[in-house]
Amino acid sequence: MSMMLLSGSLLLAHAMLTLAMACAAIRLLRGPRAEDRVLALDTLYVSAMLVLLTIGMRGGNAHFFDAALVIGTLGFVATAALAKFLLRGEVIE
Amino acid sequence: MTGVNDPGLAVALITAMLVVAGAALTLVGALGLLRLKTFYERVHAPTMGSTLGSGCVLLASIVLFSALESRPVLHEIAIGVFVTLTTPVTFMLLMRAAMQRDRIGGGDGRGETPNGDDG
Amino acid sequence: MRRWLPFPWLWLSLTALWLLLNQTMSVGHLLLGALFAFVICHGYRLLEAPRATRRGPWRRAAVAVRLLADVAIDIVRSNAAVARIVLGPGARARTAGFLDIPIELRDPLALATLACIVTATPGTSWARYDAEGSILTLHILDLIDEAAWIRIVKDRYEARLRKIFE
Repeated sequence: MSMMLLSGSLLLAHAMLTLAMACAAIRLLRGPRAEDRVLALDTLYVSAMLVLLTIGMRGGNAHFFDAALVIGTLGFVATAALAKFLLRGEVIE
Repeated sequence: MTGVNDPGLAVALITAMLVVAGAALTLVGALGLLRLKTFYERVHAPTMGSTLGSGCVLLASIVLFSALESRPVLHEIAIGVFVTLTTPVTFMLLMRAAMQRDRIGGGDGRGETPNGDDG
Repeated sequence: MRRWLPFPWLWLSLTALWLLLNQTMSVGHLLLGALFAFVICHGYRLLEAPRATRRGPWRRAAVAVRLLADVAIDIVRSNAAVARIVLGPGARARTAGFLDIPIELRDPLALATLACIVTATPGTSWARYDAEGSILTLHILDLIDEAAWIRIVKDRYEARLRKIFE
């Protein structure tokens, strides 16, 4: 009973997060502004991080946590660099 | 679901509710990214996923793994703190970039953009 | 003490982060984490980070706990509000716009905390801070009652942040 509840809800969450990634990807492709695309990329990163966490929870494998942490870190650096580029036209001044 | 022991009904219930709520919030945030009309409105939507959405999923992960491994598993807090501290930086940079580009593009940087924000 | 260990709270939280990431309380990791945190703290000093000696830690901690509780409530509430806007019919009357708020907050750490709070609540986002005029500009998704938003930022957040940081 509890196993079914757990696996069902994790599957549902997984599907919803994948859908969220799809929405972000559509906004990433559609734009129209460059800022929109960067914002969509950030959303994509956060959703991907959560997807990795749910994968880890489905398999009972805590090692996906490290992958999620890396995605979170890289996502921040990438979005900040892109936003900085939009602001000044250079990443490092 | 291989290699998972039964964590018990109470833990399963709490985890299920938290994880579904978190995923739903993230999905609504991403939908907002699609549905809202201008960039400045769209900035608000993804924060749902990066605050309460990821908070719920991280809490679910803490509950589940603590029960599975019969010891407190708290390293998800690190992700939570990290996301909370870094999101303002990226969003402030993005807002400033958008406002500055609006100003250069002829608008005053405060209102609707003059050049094509069709959503 | 100050010269030997420039940022005790930073040192403590970095050591805690190390133990958290390694999921251990063993003496070896404790020493290693403490050493790394020590080195990072001395590196951090080169950045000339703002620092102030503040009095009354327990009183300030109590204010901080109350502020955190209120922020948690606000996050849940504003998540629900934004979800309603996103899922609701598109043609509903709603004005999004910028709002200028005069604030007296000066401390950089306090302003950074305010930025975290404002960004963490969906529906408000930090647009600009003018240090000379002390004007904070926010973008607000559902700008119906300007006075209410100003009251939230000033009474709920700013007043407490001033108690904590100044």
